[in-house]
Amino acid sequence: MNKIVKKEKLAERIYRLEVEAPLIAASRKAGNFIIARTGKLGERIPLTVVDSDLDKGTITLVVQEMGVSSKKICALNEGEYITDLVGPLGRPTDIKKVGTILACAGGLGAAPMLPIIKAFKEAGNRVITILAARSKDLLILKEELAANSDEFIIMTDDGTEGKKGLITVGMEEVIAREKIDECIAVGPGVMMKFCALTTKKHNIPTMVSLNAIMVDGTGMCGACRVTVGDETKFTCVDGPEFDAHKIDFDEFLLRLGGYKDQENVLLENFEKSCKLK
Amino acid sequence: MKQSLDYYKELRNEEWRVALRKNIKAKERIAKERVEMPEVPPMVRSKSQTTEVNKGLTKEMAVEEAKRCMDCANPTCIDGCPVGINIPKFIKHIENEEPLKAIATLKESSALPAACGRVCPQEKQCEANCFYTLKLNKPAVAIGHLERYAADYENNSDEKVVQEVAPSNGIKVGVVGSGPSGLAFAGDMVKFGYDVTVFEALHEIGGVLKYGIPEFRLPNSLVDVEIESLKRMGVKFETNFIVGQTQTIEQLREQGFKSFYVASGAGLPRFMNIPGENVNGVLSANEYLTRVNLMFAGSAEADTPVIKGKNVAVIGGGNTAMDAVRTAIRMGAENAMIIYRRSLEQLPARAEEVHHAKQEGVFFNTLKNPIEFLHESGKLNAVKVQHMELGEPDASGRRRPIPIEGKTEIIPIDVAIMAIGVSPNPIIPNSVKGLDISKWGTIEVSEETRQSSVEDIYAGGDIVRGGATVILAMGDGRDAAASMHKKLQAEMNN
Repeated sequence: MNKIVKKEKLAERIYRLEVEAPLIAASRKAGNFIIARTGKLGERIPLTVVDSDLDKGTITLVVQEMGVSSKKICALNEGEYITDLVGPLGRPTDIKKVGTILACAGGLGAAPMLPIIKAFKEAGNRVITILAARSKDLLILKEELAANSDEFIIMTDDGTEGKKGLITVGMEEVIAREKIDECIAVGPGVMMKFCALTTKKHNIPTMVSLNAIMVDGTGMCGACRVTVGDETKFTCVDGPEFDAHKIDFDEFLLRLGGYKDQENVLLENFEKSCKLK
Repeated sequence: MKQSLDYYKELRNEEWRVALRKNIKAKERIAKERVEMPEVPPMVRSKSQTTEVNKGLTKEMAVEEAKRCMDCANPTCIDGCPVGINIPKFIKHIENEEPLKAIATLKESSALPAACGRVCPQEKQCEANCFYTLKLNKPAVAIGHLERYAADYENNSDEKVVQEVAPSNGIKVGVVGSGPSGLAFAGDMVKFGYDVTVFEALHEIGGVLKYGIPEFRLPNSLVDVEIESLKRMGVKFETNFIVGQTQTIEQLREQGFKSFYVASGAGLPRFMNIPGENVNGVLSANEYLTRVNLMFAGSAEADTPVIKGKNVAVIGGGNTAMDAVRTAIRMGAENAMIIYRRSLEQLPARAEEVHHAKQEGVFFNTLKNPIEFLHESGKLNAVKVQHMELGEPDASGRRRPIPIEGKTEIIPIDVAIMAIGVSPNPIIPNSVKGLDISKWGTIEVSEETRQSSVEDIYAGGDIVRGGATVILAMGDGRDAAASMHKKLQAEMNN
């Protein structure tokens, strides 16, 4: 178990890993995530399950090199093992037939978005997907998203591919021309915040999937708490998906940076040790 | 579970024990002073996360202390033990200089003697029911210290106690959670001959013994020894397996599991719902202790980060609060304090932990209740507390803390650790149909049999009690094993 059977570079610093995990492959649903740990003194980090192959007993993960832990996972080669892998975690996406779905994926958010739109499409919804990134090089999973959407729009901040502009510009255009029944936004915290503000203006129910900091992922540590309405919720067991219009995004963004100083020190030390080797 | 008095009498009348009793006059026994546990000096131990505070008794100390035990005809101490250890018998083996027989006696009733000897609140259990406490008004026999001595003796010896295991009956039973309750259950069931598999959500076996209780109070290596001993007896462990998520109870039934014991433990940490509680720097004791104990955050090679505060306040007064505040000291806090809304006398933590915390420099800021966390750009920098005074006793019998109107104070801190309790883990309650759940989210079970509303599911420990001690959780595990065994046996015979 946990053997990497296929590794592929999707973009600069972003990798797709196919990992042997037959039990998770069988039980995971759209919206679920897993927790992975690399090395005996490794950190537990949450990662989205993008896809699974029941015949091969594998799951697909997409990982971006950010801190020490994600760099360590990305450094593993085909045939090597992730030390620990546990899941599926979190509540699956509430899939139902609502009509037209506007799916907004930003950057790495394309990965969690893929299983979600697949499921919505299978349930008979019309799916319009907007994939946005800063630049052409950071657009991932284009073909897969396009293949599972009725309409597929690309936006880049610098105009190197698709339409130029922020994701909200593309959203406004779609909303202006047709009735959207539900919006889903997955991506960087700031992006999700502005997606939520955009749909709120138009009264479109919106769901976001939060990438909070976690340790155990089973409801024990409370690191992933987020304010939804007037309540504190735990992303790992109550989420990761929540009503975007009720989330305190400013608090969420601050909490995402909760260990930034410590993480930077760890990363510096890690890079130094890599150079020494 | 206590046996009949006749049972204890019969063992007490064995020749060797009669001889031991005759050896020393009761008066001489009573005249002996209680042994003192040797400790590493506070200035030394508070610099290390892994140095155990208590050093353990020497053989001479242990034998001397064992001589204090009167080997009472009615051993009331056993009434205080949730797992019903035959206390006089194990102590007399120590007096007789046969520590391996002592550990064998302990293992008849406890799967985790090295842990229990260290973390049980003996002063509220066996030692509170000791003849010395009840009748002589003298310090009790140091039952906990002696238990630890016997367990450590075996661990440091090449000779090991071989525990008898009944021939396999091939019946598969599943345990959800590898904390003290699950391990106690697994130990008894494997002895009865069952094919036992323990499913653990984390990557490590041991539950709270690993992620919660710090190394300086209970070394992980000792927990591993006890786990190894269960493995040798035939217990199987599956880590990284969340029952209810990785596979459901229903799927496990299809794979032939006949019955389950749910000991999934404490879940969601409680917060106070006061302003500023979600700013960075305010975290649960679970998170803090898990980062340090399970993930080794703070050690140079570990990848998991932890905030090392200069001025740390731990909110709460239980054992978890003591563990957290003493961990903070070891992580280099310049000032570490407990903020507790009642007075020092009412602290729920064990007296020994409070004593050790004080020695290590923890400041007990009592009769204060946090009402707001203050911050600068999302980073905690102070806590505002309400001063309290004690009023009339409440339902728990303790005097109720009431706010002193208009008296508040702002205390500068950079880390606040919330240790005010936990709610049960919701994963099993959410994933099993037909399970009766209380309004607190705990699983409802029959007090007598530990059976839930679903016939093949038993439960115990924190998922039933909401929050308790290691030993109470173990007691539940033993009770559940006994009653599940009885039921499965009856089914087999039909």
